[in-house]
Formats: sequence, structure tokens, C-alpha cells
Amino acid sequence: MLKKICFALLALSITASGALVATQASAQEGAQVSDAATFKDFGEKAGLVKIMDDFMAGLLKDPRTKSSFENVDQQRVKEQLVDQICAILKGPCEYKGGKMGQVHRELGINRENFNALVEQLQFAMDKNNVPFSSQNKLLAVLAPMHRVIVTQ
Amino acid sequence: MKPIKNALLKSPACYVAACLCAISANVAAQTEPKTSTPAPAAADAEKSGPTFSSKLLLTGGVTNIEGSAGGGLTPWAIIGGNGTKEQIGGSVFYTQARANDYTLNVAGAMVGLFDRVELSYAEQKFDTREVGGALGLGNGYKFTQKIYGAKVRVAGDAVLEQDSWLPQIAVGLQHKENDRGDLLRALGIKSDRGTDYYVSATKLFLNSSILVNGTVRLTKANQTGILGFGTNTKDKYKAYAEGSVAYLLRKDLAIGAEFRQKPDNLGFKENNWYDVFVAYAPTKNISVTLAYVDLGNIVIKEKQKAPYLSVQIGF
Repeated sequence: MLKKICFALLALSITASGALVATQASAQEGAQVSDAATFKDFGEKAGLVKIMDDFMAGLLKDPRTKSSFENVDQQRVKEQLVDQICAILKGPCEYKGGKMGQVHRELGINRENFNALVEQLQFAMDKNNVPFSSQNKLLAVLAPMHRVIVTQ
Repeated sequence: MKPIKNALLKSPACYVAACLCAISANVAAQTEPKTSTPAPAAADAEKSGPTFSSKLLLTGGVTNIEGSAGGGLTPWAIIGGNGTKEQIGGSVFYTQARANDYTLNVAGAMVGLFDRVELSYAEQKFDTREVGGALGLGNGYKFTQKIYGAKVRVAGDAVLEQDSWLPQIAVGLQHKENDRGDLLRALGIKSDRGTDYYVSATKLFLNSSILVNGTVRLTKANQTGILGFGTNTKDKYKAYAEGSVAYLLRKDLAIGAEFRQKPDNLGFKENNWYDVFVAYAPTKNISVTLAYVDLGNIVIKEKQKAPYLSVQIGF
């Protein structure tokens, strides 16, 4: 019985992952989630505004991210993040900020800082009841940005 | 430590390990050039002292029964501990699997260096309980096996490279020493020592919250080495497949299944192993894994099934 379950799960996951590889969009600038319904799970644009408020508050509390955000125009960063994530989630928004690589080039961000930021985003999404699977769809698009954001 | 030192010096294991380290150091030097000017964020991190625990929750895996970071039955390409590429991490673990007629206890520790190299030690105690008595060895007769592990990440990043098909790939070895050499040789088993070599590929498909691992292991071990290595008639390395799949339900909770193909060289039938598991990380440093393992036939007792509990504390 256990054998059958294991084999079924393995076969399923291998098929699923194969399909995913085939459909996954390359996460360059302008990459989006594949599923437009995800935007609703974030509470659309109004939900994103709340999530970004909580996100920024978390970033300013976390010693691993604080220095990157305490001396910037936080309101503007939040607005840009709302637009950027809204666009990634296929919402009716346009991100007008700079390219990720250019924006982060001089910031000296290391992998620890990057992971801490992801963690704070997870906390903010949890707080606003975004389903975990939808959180991961967004993170799947954001994660490859480490290549241009992490410079240390 | 002296016996292992000698054993390692005599075995090809140390040469392989040395080569792997040299290769990985090269790779690291080529792909991760250091910038000379400390930038604001890094400087801040330095001010707050050494930093640990920077990996994302549950992405470091748990500890396999042989002490390597992975699932319960099989090692993954993940480097254990919570350290990122600028940090050192580590973990300790304790595992018990209590089957119908046997009990396995394992304790061990590992250190993860710069998300590149993992070094581990584990000690397995296999208690034959009443089977020992039935075989004339005495009730509670135990086999103790020491396992020294080394693993090097050679490519990829299982978690962050979400737009790439490339999995995280690692190569590793597990050198095992069993304390019941005389008994094993009397049973026609070739050796009480052996080294397994493996390649693992691990990929997190974040878009669907699924983690998949595949491992190919070269081994001569009978029942993972609890019953020694090779036999007097069969003493060649062969490749065996292992696999894990996990579904992340929450950032602190995963469920999954595993299998491990095994040699069958003894007169006593040996079966492939299977399990289903739940892994829970109540905090960033602690994970608890509950599993149910189908071990098949072990020596004179068939259909062995075991509830499995493992606790890991990482930093």
C-alpha cells in the first residue's frame, strides 16, 4: 500500500515538475505569474498596499535589512513595490521604477540580507492572509532577481 | 578518531574528498569574486556580529539516517545548517525508527561551510531486540555503525533559481564503520567497512510548492551497512536510485514520500525502503519529522514497518 502511494506521488511530482519546467516563464524584467487569479488572493491593489505597509515596517525592524531602507523615501518605495508586484500578479498596474539591477547595484546586498527580505515579505503576506501557495507563485517570480540584487 | 583516520588514509575516500574540496574551492573562487569595498549592508551585518540562520524555513531539509542533510532515507543536494554562502551553519539530530522487531537509533551532527561543503558524523545503533536472542546472539544484541559524511555542492541553487530548469547538484560520500566485523565475516560478509558515493539533484518548484530530489548511490552496503559491505561472492559497487518528493503546505510544514532502492546480495532477503513523512519547523532552528517507513524483510523478520521520529536543531 505504502509502496503504491509512494510511486503514485513520485510519478505525479515528476510529471508535474516536467510540465512546470516547460511552462515556467523566464524571470527577467517583466516576468509575471502564470495564473491571473493569484492577484485576487493578494486582495488586489488595496490588499497589496496593506501588505507593503506591513512589509516596510518589518524591514525597518529587522537588523539584517534596516540599513537598506531607513534612509530612503519609504512611501515612494512602497508605492513602487505595490505597482511592481501588482504588475507581476497581472493586475492593472504599471511599474515605472528603475531596473532591479540598476536600483540595487550600489547597495552591497548579500544573500543574508536578501533572504531576510524574503522572510519579511512572507510575514507580511501571512499577516494579510495570502494563501501559502499564492505567496509561492509570487516568490517564484521574485527569487531569480537575487542575481541582480545580491552583489556581495 | 584514530581508526577513521587510518581507514580514510587507506581508502580512496580521502582522495575523492580532497579532490572535491579542491574543485569546489576553484569553483567558488571563479564564480564568487570578492569585491574589495565593503558596502553599507554588509558593513551593518558585520557590526551586529557573526550571523547565522539565514536560509529560508525548511529549505535546509532534515537529516537522513546516515547524517547527511536531506530527507529521512536519502541525502539531498542541499548543504545542511542555516548558513548562506558567507556563513557557517550546522545542526545536530536524533532519530528513532522502531520497527516490529528491530529499533534503529541515530544521533549525529553536521557542519555546513559557506553553502558549499557539508561535513557530518552520525552514529547508528541497530537493536535486534528479541531477534538477537532467537539467533543465539542474545536479546538486545546491537550493531553500531559510525558514519563520516562529506558533501560538496557543485552547481545550482535549489531555492532561488526559479526560472531555470537546473537543479542544485551535489556529490558526496558516506564512509561507514560497523563494530561487528567478526560476526559479519562469519556470515560470509566481505567487510565491516565501506564507503557509499552519491550524486544528488534537488529542485524546489516554488510555483507549485513542490520539492523533488533524486539521488544515485554507488554502494556495496547490506542493509545500509548495518549488515556490512559486500559478500564473499558479490563485492562490486553498483548504482541504486533514491528519491524524495515533498509538498510545502505552509512555510513551516511539509509532507512527502521517499523511496530508496537497495542491494539484495545476502542470503537474507533485502527490500527497497519507502516512507511517507510530515516535517514541521516550529521555529527556525528546530524541525521535527514524523514518518512511517516500510523496511521490508530484515534478516529473519519480514514486513518490517516503523514509525519514525527525528528531531533536528540547526544554527
